[in-house]
Amino acid sequence: MASDRRIGVLARHLGVEMDFESHTATAISASPTSGFQGNSVFSHVVRAPEDPILGVTVAYNKDPSPVKLNLGVGAYRTDEGKPLVLNVVRKAEQQLVNDRSRVKEYLPITGLADFNKLSAKLIFGADSPAIQENRVTTVQCLSGTGSLRVGAEFLARHYHQRTIYIPQPTWGNHPKVFTLAGLSVKTYRYYDPATRGLNFQGLLEDLGSAPSGAIVLLHACAHNPTGVDPTPQQWENIRQLIRSKGLLPFFDSAYQGFASGSLDSDAQPVRMFVADGGELLVAQSYAKNMGLYGERVGALSIVCRNADVAGRVESQLKLVIRPMYSNPPIHGASIVAVILKDRNLYNEWTIELKAMADRIISMRRQLFDALRARGTPGDWSHIIKQIGMFTFTGLNSEQVAFMTKEYHIYMTSDGRISMAGLSSKTVPHLADAIHAAVTRAA
Amino acid sequence: MAFTTAMARRLIGRKSVIGARSMSSWWRNVEPAPKDPILGVTEAFLADPSPDKVNVGVGAYRDDNGKPVVLECVREAERRIAGKLNMEYLPMGGSVKMVEETLKLAYGENSEFIKDKRIAAVQSLSGTGACRLFADFQKRFSPDSQIYIPVPTWANHHNIWRDAQVPQRTYHYYHPESRGLNFAALMDDIKNAPNGSFILLHACAHNPTGVDPSEEEWREISHLFKVKNHFAFFDMAYQGFASGDPERDAKSIRIFLEDGHHIGIAQSYAKNMGLYGQRVGCLSVLCENEKQAVAVKSQLQQLARPMYSNPPVHGAFIVSTILGDPDLKKLWLKEVKVMADRIISMRASLRENLEKLGSPLSWKHITKQIGMFCYSGMTPEQVDRLTKEYHIYMTRNGRISMAGITTGNVGYLANAIHEVTKSA
Repeated sequence: MASDRRIGVLARHLGVEMDFESHTATAISASPTSGFQGNSVFSHVVRAPEDPILGVTVAYNKDPSPVKLNLGVGAYRTDEGKPLVLNVVRKAEQQLVNDRSRVKEYLPITGLADFNKLSAKLIFGADSPAIQENRVTTVQCLSGTGSLRVGAEFLARHYHQRTIYIPQPTWGNHPKVFTLAGLSVKTYRYYDPATRGLNFQGLLEDLGSAPSGAIVLLHACAHNPTGVDPTPQQWENIRQLIRSKGLLPFFDSAYQGFASGSLDSDAQPVRMFVADGGELLVAQSYAKNMGLYGERVGALSIVCRNADVAGRVESQLKLVIRPMYSNPPIHGASIVAVILKDRNLYNEWTIELKAMADRIISMRRQLFDALRARGTPGDWSHIIKQIGMFTFTGLNSEQVAFMTKEYHIYMTSDGRISMAGLSSKTVPHLADAIHAAVTRAA
Repeated sequence: MAFTTAMARRLIGRKSVIGARSMSSWWRNVEPAPKDPILGVTEAFLADPSPDKVNVGVGAYRDDNGKPVVLECVREAERRIAGKLNMEYLPMGGSVKMVEETLKLAYGENSEFIKDKRIAAVQSLSGTGACRLFADFQKRFSPDSQIYIPVPTWANHHNIWRDAQVPQRTYHYYHPESRGLNFAALMDDIKNAPNGSFILLHACAHNPTGVDPSEEEWREISHLFKVKNHFAFFDMAYQGFASGDPERDAKSIRIFLEDGHHIGIAQSYAKNMGLYGQRVGCLSVLCENEKQAVAVKSQLQQLARPMYSNPPVHGAFIVSTILGDPDLKKLWLKEVKVMADRIISMRASLRENLEKLGSPLSWKHITKQIGMFCYSGMTPEQVDRLTKEYHIYMTRNGRISMAGITTGNVGYLANAIHEVTKSA
């Protein structure tokens, strides 16, 4: 039936086309790729592999086992294993809903102005000289990912060096973000599997041999996936090296407040770099520390030498954003602005944030104790030494696969587990799984 | 080890020995970027202190008091959502429910393509995000292709495909003399484009001209596309806004679907649901079969992941709440019609006013054109005069956003237009 209709259309068209033929050299041919055969111009497209991190949740959701445990994506869970919406967020939401004067108009390309100012204060400190001197441009972006991408696109267009050095290992999405933005990606040594700590010598060597002006990605705190952070003294050494070589720091700050429980402490590495008067970029995310994951709230700040440069930089950031999504989503940023603006809500937030960080620290302790109690071979002290949402267990991909198959534990194949996904109830199950994986085979 | 503030202060105190390397900026060569021609208009309007100022620049709906509108169905949806839902990450492809409902609007409530799962679709950052994702996808999987863009078009279309690094060409569309469609030249350009070209079409309510092909003209365009084996990409930002009836506004798309084209569509809820700042939309690509749709969707997700990971949840929840509830959906359809009707009545009123003033020019096109915008035919110099002398803000291409016109300002606007054009 459908083919009859198509033949009819073709016939009618050939009739019409007779006129065109006399004017142009365009011949009509039902080419092999003609729509008449129903071929798509995209028939060669193959199915992409699952995202290594988000794919874990996909697999977890498919599993019918009642004891399954999702330790994949870094989303906080309560001790009951439930997602958490912070009280301050609910309060802020209610405020927004009740305010009938609120409208849903487009934000400016750079986003909600209040949100931007408050975000800059949050990461740089309210008394930051860079802010006071108007040297900072801040634009609202789609969470950490969006902030990284916009910053990287800006660098690819306007910065003289197109190489970015990322730590080995790093968040799985980093390489793709930078590559698609037009940067070329190199790595610097970071994690030392032998000590399960920082390979400080390797880091210094690799950054030391980077070409002058190269961009360096730094995790502001709570390194993802390892949980291994430099000490304050090490940060100072890193800063000196970066500044003396004229490298450009690009901070990814996705866990401010989550690492130690203190927003200010977790921001110190960034503030150190600002204090020396130099330039830098920082991508902030509110996904974890305000539990706003799906609202996609974040900010990109670029600290410049002076206000004039900051103004010009901001204008160019707009040109990156406009053809990407025009302007950022309003809801999440409005929630953040309400909270950061209000003394009481802000204080409440810091308390709820500390509670989340503390619960994670206690999960670390419980897991460590559980493994010790089982006499699991190996040194597991890195579980309590590492910081933030994740633990880099040191388990290899075979062991991980075993744990998924036999114990329904879902985690990324690099051995990273999200401590936020653990509860007092599920620690024993995880400890059993790790014990079994380690004792059965290497 | 946690970083204490005291420790940091001690370290920073010692830092001055090795400070930052040089005193100049990495960005000293960064040029100030030109202002966005559309969004820059609103910035200028906001800065103007005149009590008579009128903003007919950006395409955001206003009621007859010139106020932005939040639809009742949206307020109700928000009331239902607030306090109930968590804010977990959506999948990379966004809200499945929202996407399903959105496809029904474009492809038809009972579309066989939806039933057969032949549509690869992802939630996108409104219309802009949908176009950009498609442009990136086109670059990756049809790397030798170009995009044909109508003249004129929404200015950001050029930016989007440029940033996706897809070469652009243009095709004739607007006919300045008649202020209508240059159908013959359009068909000529479509015919002369190499077989298998990618062509951008505005599904309805063309932005900025308001000039749409007739149904018969759409059918002829579709036939020519078939002969040339072109790929049709529809930007549908105004479904419901053009005629007041979403089904009617999707006619062009339905014609192409009937004719067997494998199309792509960018849909937006910015205007028709008033969700502007929420950034809710959908990109869809009709494929040969379910397997291909799965493959294409997975690749679209691969492009979204390094851009923003996953789309924002709030606006998507509003849309799926409304479209998933028959009563709310009915309310929405009613409210869309109210908006479209007000615009249609403002068109009539503006034209009437101009004719009453004895304008020597023809203003028929004001009521012939459709949707949010009217391509007035005014020159940039005339527009500048409108702004300078009458505090009327619009883009310099002479595009008037009808949504910014009210019974309160239509007289003032007509008078001003008359003054700057009467000697033309």
